[in-house]
Amino acid sequence: MSERPPAIRLRGATIGYGDVPIVRDVDLTVGSGEAVAVLGSNGSGKTTLSRGLLGLATVLDGEVQVLGAPVGRLRERGRVGYVPQRHSISGAVPATVREVAGVGRLARLGLFRRLGATDRRAVVDAVAAVGLADRLDDPVAALSGGQQRRVLVARALAAEPELLIMDEPTAGVDAASQEALADTLAAISASGTTLVVVTHESAPLAGVLTRAVVVDHGRIAYDGPLSGAAHHDEHLHHHPPERQPAGYRMDQPTVTSGPRTTADRER
Amino acid sequence: MGLLDYDFMQRALLASLMVGLVAPAVGVFLVQRRLSLLGDGLGHVALTGVAVGVLTATSPVWTALVAAILGAVLIELVRARGRTSGDVALAVLFYGGIAGGVVLLSLAPRGQATNLDSYLFGAITTTSPQDVAVFAGISVVVLLSVALLGQRLYAVSDDEEYARAVGLPVLGLNVVLAALVASTVVLSMRVVGLLLISALMILPSAIAQLLARSFRETVLLACLIGVLVSVSGTATSFYTGTPSGGTIVLLAIALFLLVTSAVTLRESTARRRHRRRVDVHDAHPHEHGTACGHPPVPHGDHVDYDHDGHLHAPHHTGRGVHYDEHGGHPVAAPPNR
Repeated sequence: MSERPPAIRLRGATIGYGDVPIVRDVDLTVGSGEAVAVLGSNGSGKTTLSRGLLGLATVLDGEVQVLGAPVGRLRERGRVGYVPQRHSISGAVPATVREVAGVGRLARLGLFRRLGATDRRAVVDAVAAVGLADRLDDPVAALSGGQQRRVLVARALAAEPELLIMDEPTAGVDAASQEALADTLAAISASGTTLVVVTHESAPLAGVLTRAVVVDHGRIAYDGPLSGAAHHDEHLHHHPPERQPAGYRMDQPTVTSGPRTTADRER
Repeated sequence: MGLLDYDFMQRALLASLMVGLVAPAVGVFLVQRRLSLLGDGLGHVALTGVAVGVLTATSPVWTALVAAILGAVLIELVRARGRTSGDVALAVLFYGGIAGGVVLLSLAPRGQATNLDSYLFGAITTTSPQDVAVFAGISVVVLLSVALLGQRLYAVSDDEEYARAVGLPVLGLNVVLAALVASTVVLSMRVVGLLLISALMILPSAIAQLLARSFRETVLLACLIGVLVSVSGTATSFYTGTPSGGTIVLLAIALFLLVTSAVTLRESTARRRHRRRVDVHDAHPHEHGTACGHPPVPHGDHVDYDHDGHLHAPHHTGRGVHYDEHGGHPVAAPPNR
């Protein structure tokens, strides 16, 4: 058996939206099985970096490889799990926890195959892993905010991904749910899944994540043990870059129909 | 004289049965995507198709189908390119379609242009045996597609960005959904008319989502409601001599209002019952905790307390601790939970 390729490999990568670069000339390698926090203040480019790994932002220059294949050309879908930064999942039409989590499994099945017995079991296991086994057939709208975020984690886990990318999983989640999430992530990490967690507060998951990458002004400012990033991160929080307008979360996707400005693209 | 003694009514009821079944099955995805008016936009485009059919003396059903599907694909491509917002693209399609239809129809030789009304508002009794055959074909194709791709369509309608991130063919699925909508529009043209098409796609879903707990339930219930209002509306229109489209839509709206008020009533009585139960707890007040003597019962993300056979769920409010009644459990809760 040959050595597994690194989960993530960026070589001189420039990532942005349209033709505006947000993250510039980044080199980063994350080995298989690592648990990495991507830290940075609002507008630093940490979310853009993660979206570049998912094919949601454009790679403008350099090389971005995910699980050994260039991003966007990954043939074996479903190997990457994604937990978006969303606070609620109740859409217009009711759906149960089982149905929402089941969506995570679809990417593995090609275009027409239905969920088989193995797939259905994986969905049930994923929901159990986030501690919602008794809510499987409840409508997601009946769950609390923290529970809904755990359903999104279950959706990503249902694919049994090799690489799990999460965007602010602890934001707006109460302490008890954060602990439950940390336990779940520890178990996932122990099973060999690579974790990449984009967050502005690493404390709730400090027991799980071992390595930190701090992004500042679109470049990597620190890459090393999580404990060493504390000072760096603290510094960034107290002195936000001046170009950032007050009160505007640059790392939160916003939908605007007005003329595009630089701020619009710095999602 | 019975309804089914007339050949044209048999065909009309058959057509309304198919429309009632198919329109909600597609419409529920539009509701989920918050794109309820796409059906209307494509209906307007279909009018241009009808006009082309009339002018060239080909069957208007086919030309309408081609026009609606072209419009559907176009709007998805515009949305995917992202230069114009979906909203504006839809508006352009709306007005372009209906203006093109009206202008082209006015160019038709005298006598033919007069049946514009039957396309705008439906003329179910003019359904020919050939139409029924074409409708059956469209119905089978649409229902098969939904059965085959339903879960993917749900995934894309629910969270497009997630679907893209995990590698589902988002653009392809969106185009397929738009094409299904276009086919449904053409199918519904005769029964409810181009101006009322969206009603049969949206209203049954709107009613079903008030009652259902899961997406699957919503789809099945919406189809059932669709068939119910469509067939009974057509039958009613026969006796009252009113246009079938308007009758069906009014029936659906009446049902929607009825269900909405029933659900509202149920919720308000549930709130009153909740207040009464809170009073029960207030009658012998203390704060539940490890030492209060009431057995704790884990319940989801919190702990209830077994209080004389009913479960109390404490939660903090601005004015202190408030207890919800989480009934439904037997007096003796399982000790290992």
